[in-house]
Amino acid sequence: MRLPSFCGGIHPPQNKELTVNKEIENYLPTGELVFPMAQNIGALNEPVVKKGDTVLVGQKIGNNNAFVSAPILSSVSGTVKDVGMRLTSCGMLETCVVIENDEKYEKDLSWIPLPNYENNDPKEYIARIREAGIVGYGGATFPTAVKLTPPDPKCIKWLIVNAAECEPYLNCDNRLMIEEPGKIVKGLKLLMRLFPEAVGVIGIESNKPEAIAVMKEELKKQNAFKISLQPLVVKYPQGAEKMLIEALTKQEYVMTALPADVGCLVLNVRTVHQIYEAIAEGLPSTTRVVTVTGDAIVNPKNIRVPLGTSVRELIEFCGGFKEEPAKIISGGPMMGITLRSMEVPVVKGTSGILALTKKSAHLKEEFACIRCGRCVEACPMGLLPNTLNKVVLLRDYVAFEETGGLNCIECGSCSYVCPANRHLTQTFRDGKVTVMAINRKAAGK
Amino acid sequence: MEKLLTVSSSPHIHADQDTQKVMLWVLAALVPSGLAGVYFFGMRAFVLMLVCVITCHLSEFVWQKLAKQKITINDCSAAVTGLLLAYNLPPSMEYWKAIIGCIFAIIVVKQFFGGIGCNIVNPALAGRAMMVVSWPVAMTTWTIDGVSKATPLALLKLGGETVGGVSMGMPLGTKLPLLYDLFIGNVAGCVGETSALALLIGFAILLYKGIIKWQIPVVYIVTVGILTAIFGRPGFYEIFAGGLFIGAIFMATDYTTSPMTTKGQVIFALGCGLITALIRTFGGYPGGVSFSILIMNVTVPLIDKFTQPRIFGEAK
Repeated sequence: MRLPSFCGGIHPPQNKELTVNKEIENYLPTGELVFPMAQNIGALNEPVVKKGDTVLVGQKIGNNNAFVSAPILSSVSGTVKDVGMRLTSCGMLETCVVIENDEKYEKDLSWIPLPNYENNDPKEYIARIREAGIVGYGGATFPTAVKLTPPDPKCIKWLIVNAAECEPYLNCDNRLMIEEPGKIVKGLKLLMRLFPEAVGVIGIESNKPEAIAVMKEELKKQNAFKISLQPLVVKYPQGAEKMLIEALTKQEYVMTALPADVGCLVLNVRTVHQIYEAIAEGLPSTTRVVTVTGDAIVNPKNIRVPLGTSVRELIEFCGGFKEEPAKIISGGPMMGITLRSMEVPVVKGTSGILALTKKSAHLKEEFACIRCGRCVEACPMGLLPNTLNKVVLLRDYVAFEETGGLNCIECGSCSYVCPANRHLTQTFRDGKVTVMAINRKAAGK
Repeated sequence: MEKLLTVSSSPHIHADQDTQKVMLWVLAALVPSGLAGVYFFGMRAFVLMLVCVITCHLSEFVWQKLAKQKITINDCSAAVTGLLLAYNLPPSMEYWKAIIGCIFAIIVVKQFFGGIGCNIVNPALAGRAMMVVSWPVAMTTWTIDGVSKATPLALLKLGGETVGGVSMGMPLGTKLPLLYDLFIGNVAGCVGETSALALLIGFAILLYKGIIKWQIPVVYIVTVGILTAIFGRPGFYEIFAGGLFIGAIFMATDYTTSPMTTKGQVIFALGCGLITALIRTFGGYPGGVSFSILIMNVTVPLIDKFTQPRIFGEAK
């Protein structure tokens, strides 16, 4: 039987074998932990602690009352050492709360399981999910409580768990499914109480046979008849929201629409896992699983890390470098961002730390487009990357918008296949930001 | 101080493919036909190839130097143009004429339009077309070891229908070559175009390495076969004659001058096939491959415009 998928896409080498069989290890940091106030899409959090305060695990240290936001919670107990500007993974100085870890991990005792959570009004989940600081862990970090409150919950027909993990190298979601499938299925069952009309679908790329087997077994064990598991073709970007919805429900939607407009709500598998922990176990979002890997790392691992831990500590925990890294990337090799320094903290959106040597990092010169059409074939959005590249370089942003440039999901497939090594995706980021700025300005007048 | 890290926009990995590798694979795929050419036409064919490749490379280098552009001769695209042009010349072609053809192909057809990726027609074919109109006799003289021969297509043009291998109305004593000779390339013709077998080996290499897709060559060749048969010519015999294989496999598939989507490529190949069949049957020239591809080259922007992929989510 042919597995479902989408049009376009690419097949980069997986390189998942480096960590696929590595059990998740817990890491407890020693030094200071840094908590950037900007860890989600939407409103920026304000520090709610000051220098000298004592904090506990799970205590709120950053908050904003805006609708689209998620609070920042401390992952350790200790003393607030500083509230000020620190370098973060996006390469900028941002407001951060710095906590000196006392290594006692004393818990904020107000965090208890939600009482009677299996039979209560599921609307209570939303408040808990928000208070627990849960965001989408796939990388976009959209506040989950907001996502779970569509205008009409009855219009949601598919509650989709994104477990595609199509980025090469990464295994954090894969390992979580293998090791803790129970929490994922239970979490999904809880969420389905919010959406009475919905069926649950878990989409996993078929290169994770162990996770697929374990999850199938778990679904059977828990009698989850409204939840199905769908193996998917191994093709990047299978885990992009639009591509996943296309593969699972055969529906497409235009740029201005939302998944809810086609009856879908997509959550990352770790997000569902964290939702269960927050509701049933009283554990807020203070840790995440990070795959530390790459050909420059001595001993690649999957690690459960308290948020705020520095990247340098994690790399040292993996034995350091066996070869000089050319690039250190936060996230996967296709969409991750390069770090300027290892002195940056792990945040909610950090799915992997990838240290690549000069050999595997792509450092090649750009040449003229030869119109081979590989980018057009690779683009999952049906765009013309070579044309868009040309118009951005000509600064013709009107043409960029007219040619559909704003549809670009920045998956990087076009740049990956380009034999002339053209920096296609990079120019589209520029094009999108500029067009949106121009449109905002025009609307403001 | 710790060594600085590279900071760049994603993606951070890249397919193991670049322009130079693509061109080198095309050259590799052209090797079998070159060997066949040397085997059937002698060392002169080899020297002709060498002259063309060197002239093309030098022309590109000198032009880029004079125009103060980045020197990009390492991408080997000029070598492909040179070799293809040589393959499209009669083995007896004078070297100085070939050199002028090469300079025209690289400087006028390729560099005047902006260099690699910007030319609107295939440089090798345009170079050949220039030579056909400039030196019509030299371009249609097929002399091997002092014996003048006619190409299978010229014979077809003269003879109309064939009866038992002997074409009616042909000069006394001439026969159409056997299909077997036509297939392996033991007939009069251009240096690299005669051996369908060698060209098919090249096609297999290009397909295996993912350099080109099958659509253009297959659709082109099949269209010519069917249409010429309809027009009352020996369709199956026809496809192995003349420059159809080299044109369909190596010229019509040139990235820059063919459409980008598969749908566009099929339309392009159908057009090439139609024009080739028309020229061969009703035109003044015996062969129509070069001109059909050149004509279709200039329709590519139009084809690309009408075969744009559908943007995700937009109406079907």
